[in-house]
Amino acid sequence: MKQEFDIIQSTCIPIAIDNCNTDLIIPARYLASTTRDPKFFGDAFMHDLRYDGDGRPVDDFVMNLPEYSGAPHEGVHEIIVAGANWGSGSSREHAAWAIAGYGVRVVISSSFADIHRNNLLNNFVLPVVVSVDFQQELFATINENPQAEVRVDVPNQMVTNKKTGRSEHFELNGYKKYCLMNALDDIDFLLENKDKIEAWENQK
Amino acid sequence: MRTLFDKIWDAHVIQNVPDGPTQLYIDRLYAHEVTSPQAFDTLRDKGLRVFRPGQVVAMPDHNTPSDQQACIHDEVGRKQVETLKRNCEEFGIRHFAMGTKDNGIIHVVGPEKGLSLPGMTIVCGDSHTSTHGAVGAVAMGIGTSEVAQVLASQCILQQKPKTMRINIEGTLPEGTTAKDVALYIMAQMTTSGATGYAVEYAGSAIRSMSMEGRLTLSNLSIEMGSRAGLIAPDETTFAYLKGREYAPKGAEWDRAVEEWKKLRSDDDAVFDKEVTYRAEDITPRITYGTNPGAGIAVDECIPTLESIPEQERDQFLAQLDYMQFQPGQKLEGVPVDYVFLGACTNGRIEDFRAFASVVKGKKKAPNVVAWLVPGSWAVRQQIVDEGIDKVLSEAGFELRLPSCSACLAMNPDKVPAGKLAISTSNRNFVGRQGPGARTILASPLTVAASAITGVVTDIRKLGE
Ligand code: SF4
Repeated sequence: MKQEFDIIQSTCIPIAIDNCNTDLIIPARYLASTTRDPKFFGDAFMHDLRYDGDGRPVDDFVMNLPEYSGAPHEGVHEIIVAGANWGSGSSREHAAWAIAGYGVRVVISSSFADIHRNNLLNNFVLPVVVSVDFQQELFATINENPQAEVRVDVPNQMVTNKKTGRSEHFELNGYKKYCLMNALDDIDFLLENKDKIEAWENQK
Repeated sequence: MRTLFDKIWDAHVIQNVPDGPTQLYIDRLYAHEVTSPQAFDTLRDKGLRVFRPGQVVAMPDHNTPSDQQACIHDEVGRKQVETLKRNCEEFGIRHFAMGTKDNGIIHVVGPEKGLSLPGMTIVCGDSHTSTHGAVGAVAMGIGTSEVAQVLASQCILQQKPKTMRINIEGTLPEGTTAKDVALYIMAQMTTSGATGYAVEYAGSAIRSMSMEGRLTLSNLSIEMGSRAGLIAPDETTFAYLKGREYAPKGAEWDRAVEEWKKLRSDDDAVFDKEVTYRAEDITPRITYGTNPGAGIAVDECIPTLESIPEQERDQFLAQLDYMQFQPGQKLEGVPVDYVFLGACTNGRIEDFRAFASVVKGKKKAPNVVAWLVPGSWAVRQQIVDEGIDKVLSEAGFELRLPSCSACLAMNPDKVPAGKLAISTSNRNFVGRQGPGARTILASPLTVAASAITGVVTDIRKLGE
């Protein structure tokens, strides 16, 4: 999961569901795991929309359409374009593990729920917030041509709809950018700052 | 000039990382069995110990069965509960084991034991951690990676949220509870209306609200997207906390109360956003859709299709399709199959008193399956001590054992596919109470009235 980020250019999976909560991203029964096996969680991603009660793929769900069903790999389906308020509800990090386990590296939406957004970042999936206009244009572009590519330039914090050429700047603080580009996580940073923590405790 | 949230937050800042987040010190970490195993694994992988084990409290709640607690039949659920126990032993963490008098839902147990106190920063790998903000604390849900960070360093790295104050002024009408206030606010704000904010609840209706009511309200903060919900501590808070097991005692208590009295937003504090609602406008509420914001007053009809903005109609119809309701339909009078009283939203003693006050001397409707699940063993004991269990059993209800129970379909209490539940829990998501289960959220009073009639019922009209 820990991969260094630079420039990602890929086709996308459009999941145009607004307020898609983490119960939908991964149903509660998959929470009964004590490991972090990427395949287990990747298979559970959007499970109850992907499969019916008997475990058969739901043909008309977007992730099962032939043009989007291929497993993500370099340049293919590494990006999800999602509806507004993506990842609301339960704080379960399992939702981020599902997305990462499925092989997705970037989620683009007009808005994310706060906790899920942090969880994505902590699992080296980049949440990219764009304007509603940009998001809607992306949906239209992809619907017209599922092979359309999006370019996410992390160093310059630019996201580009390659088809229309439209670009937008996205927010990412310098600290997180450094972590993502160098595959470092927060816990390493905190451990380096132990003396500050102890000093704070002592003056309390 | 500062808000209550600013005061607590600022007092816990270790450093503001240049062009990055704030490193925030955490006073209390709670852990449950679902979101902690992988965090302990991270510690093991890195060869770390828990930094401040005394500030961590753990208990299983999601997987605990509510019918018996001798064993968990589901293998994976059992493994999670056992793993938590083992991790706590290995890392020296206080653990309230399943089936013991200390156990219960974390968000019920924490305040009730005086483990959550005013001025604290509190986190847990659970979105409803916002509950604890009701005592005047900054309480936030976090992910499992962050649980590992707190275990390892007693800190998290987060951006400071914006602040919002929601004022409820006036007197709540008869039959309206804190739950209805929360459902009302959510319908006004939508489920993302407070994303990026920490919300302080204020106003005369909040001041006169009981501690239990405040906990219910703060619990639901996350359902409108907010990171935290908090209420300035006052005499109600102090009276609630005094004498609790882990609350300060004697002279230490007096000193603490003096400090806690300073925990309020300054008169000239500026919030990034401020809204005010009239308490008189809030009547008993229910939800009709598959997010907690899709709500109406219990005697109202579901919105018509025409009244919904065009770009939202598809999703509106998809929700109603799942719920098997029609646009414009009146839900009052619709038969219900299941009734659930409990969860960290409404599993406290006051909720059971309210429920009992409605069903006293009446009989449960025969078509209804009712799950009455106290939020903790302490609540259950109080129910028995007050004789509420007798009132319930005379009305045909059975009291179950403390658990998250039917709130989330991780333990045996699952609502069967297609069945309609009226529930005091906090989420009506697709499949939340069981695959295919349909959920109406409501207050303990509304749920009690519906349990008696067997249909969705306006508490104000019961017995008419
Ligand atoms: S009662 Fe429900 S919302 Fe509360 S902690 Fe348990 S599962 Fe979560």
